[in-house]
Amino acid sequence: MGGHTSNYVPTSRWGKWLDERLPIARLMQSSFVDYPTPRNLNYLWTFGGILTVCLLAQIVTGVVLAMHYQPSDAGAFNSIEHIRRDVNYGWMLRNLHSVGASMFFLAVYIHIFRGFYYGSYKAPREVLWILGVIIMLLMMATAFMGYTLPWGQMSFWGVTVITNLFSALDTIYPGLGTAIVEWLWGGYAVSGVTLNRFFALHYLLPFVLTGVVGLHIWALHVVGQNNPTGLDIKQPSDTVPMHPYATAKDSVGLFAFLILFAWFAFFVPDYLGHADNYVEANPLVTPPHIVPEWYFLPFYAILRAFTSSFLGIPLGQYAKLCGVVAMFSAVILIAFAPWLDTSRVRSAKYRPIFKWFFWFFLFTCVALGYLGSKPAEGIYVIASQIFTLCYFLFFLAVMPIVGLIETPSRLPRSITDDVLSKGGTGLPTGATAAPESR
Amino acid sequence: MKKHLSLTLLSMVAATVAMGSLSAEEAGHQEIERQKWSFSGFTGQFDKAQLQRGFQVYKEVCAACHGLKRVAFRNLVQPGGPEFPEDAVKELAATWPNQITDGPNDEGKMFERPPLLSDPIRGPYHNDNEARASQNGALPPDLSLIARARDSHREASWYIHPFLMLGDILNAYQEGGANYIYALLTEYSDAPADYKLTDGKYYNKAFPGHQIAMPPPLSDGVVAYQDGTPSTVDHYSHDVVAFLSWAADPSLDQRKRIGWQVILYLIVTTGLLYLGKKRIWKNIKH
Repeated sequence: MGGHTSNYVPTSRWGKWLDERLPIARLMQSSFVDYPTPRNLNYLWTFGGILTVCLLAQIVTGVVLAMHYQPSDAGAFNSIEHIRRDVNYGWMLRNLHSVGASMFFLAVYIHIFRGFYYGSYKAPREVLWILGVIIMLLMMATAFMGYTLPWGQMSFWGVTVITNLFSALDTIYPGLGTAIVEWLWGGYAVSGVTLNRFFALHYLLPFVLTGVVGLHIWALHVVGQNNPTGLDIKQPSDTVPMHPYATAKDSVGLFAFLILFAWFAFFVPDYLGHADNYVEANPLVTPPHIVPEWYFLPFYAILRAFTSSFLGIPLGQYAKLCGVVAMFSAVILIAFAPWLDTSRVRSAKYRPIFKWFFWFFLFTCVALGYLGSKPAEGIYVIASQIFTLCYFLFFLAVMPIVGLIETPSRLPRSITDDVLSKGGTGLPTGATAAPESR
Repeated sequence: MKKHLSLTLLSMVAATVAMGSLSAEEAGHQEIERQKWSFSGFTGQFDKAQLQRGFQVYKEVCAACHGLKRVAFRNLVQPGGPEFPEDAVKELAATWPNQITDGPNDEGKMFERPPLLSDPIRGPYHNDNEARASQNGALPPDLSLIARARDSHREASWYIHPFLMLGDILNAYQEGGANYIYALLTEYSDAPADYKLTDGKYYNKAFPGHQIAMPPPLSDGVVAYQDGTPSTVDHYSHDVVAFLSWAADPSLDQRKRIGWQVILYLIVTTGLLYLGKKRIWKNIKH
């Protein structure tokens, strides 16, 4: 709804004075108060607001934690224990921040899958979608660096394994990968120097993230929200003002989500972590299983699916490089969804074939997550390879082909028609149409 | 028909659980049994008397080799812990066998002094090398975080796994480390005939690899309880594990108490917001 103009009227002299110089109240009113939102949005659309709160919560708890944290080889682990034991409510801040990262990813994954199901990536929302992928990449980088900060065994060995991935570039140009890895580490091994720079970046990136989120919301408000029917907004009765309608629904969704958040933060704060991270980093002792945080497991499974061969295809010395390239493409590929999907119908509700592939894609991602947590041996490797193939086929085969061969079911004429035909009252649509506009 | 179906389902679940436990044993994994703890679940809190007994076991047995460097003497007084009287802890600190290295003094020399309330509960060794030198190369780990730094996993088939995970989340299960340490303390035995035990090591079913450098630390009657609790290895183990769980998570009581306040507030608010939302949307089909 780029054409939406504000009906803001300053109520005080000071308000009028400011409005003529910096119309920020007008902007807020048009963006978050009388902004028209589709009337048929379901609770999956509350995750945008939930994610904003997650980001702010991470920044607030993170800034306070940083006041008590020491980013050094000798001090990091001790300072986390200092926060947990001696800082007033430090245990709470720490749990909220570490569990908060997990909740952030849970919410962002639900947000992304909602986008896939209802076709939110399709024109005219391509830029909005790409900004979303950039946000996810920034989140991943931030979370990865954040996980190194407690400087436990899993932190240390997680950084060692993941930064070492760049050494795969040695197979393209000898020495290139090693040079990059040493540049990242700031030395010849992961050390306090690495920790210190990761802390600096971990503090910086959330603010970059906030900037891109600003662009994401801007782009959203230019093209307008998608909705469960995937139809464009065609008439005023298709929408309701953001406040109080969408805000009322958003707050229900947010508080319900916070119940889950609080459950993890207060009752099972260690559940999503790993016991080995309560052992201080030790370069001389390798933990038996090195696993990343749960939100990276699907990508980790893709990385490890490329052993000396992939589904019988020998990879030889390029195995590691293939794994690294596959892992990064798995994320980057999401950005191309707007052009890979050939169907003009947005919502999977009206796409009888794509709908099933969507659920299978969701299953693929969960399966990869499970496999990422298992040791890379025997049946797990073969299963990882099969599901990795499924993951890429969803983008490279299902999206282009299904759009061409599928006959979509009949679309409703408008959002208003769709909501009014629900419930089977048998009344003619005109009788109850848009009560709020009468 | 319905009854038949549910019976079939039930027997399928039973069969898979049985298969799961079978495969776990085949793989040589010792399933760690889950113990009952006063502090388990989402309402559990520490039992003060048990923490006091647990500290007694630590002091009279474990402290011979293991330190507790992240716990200060003052923590033994604070709420949510063993809550010993302050005077008793002051006296305890003053007579603690492992002194604190302080200094330099006015002559520029380092010196040893008895710990104060604010000092950490130190073990007998000044550093890891000293510990290894006097323990045949083995390192007795500091016990401050041991209850959180260990875990015990259940083996299950992939289709059972999600249900176990959900069960653990709903029951607020966090005692994997406590259960492991309890098993470690109680599952010493003679090695099976076909097991080659290295000299100077002990057979322990719970320990990964089954051979451990620590000799069985507990035996019946080794600690004399004052409160009439039976002096058995089982009681010692439960008590000391409870104490170590507190040492690793001293804010547990407060965390769960505040947790309930937060959760109840959120549930009530969500309910109110939902009613508000219903009212706002009453005249709008959506």
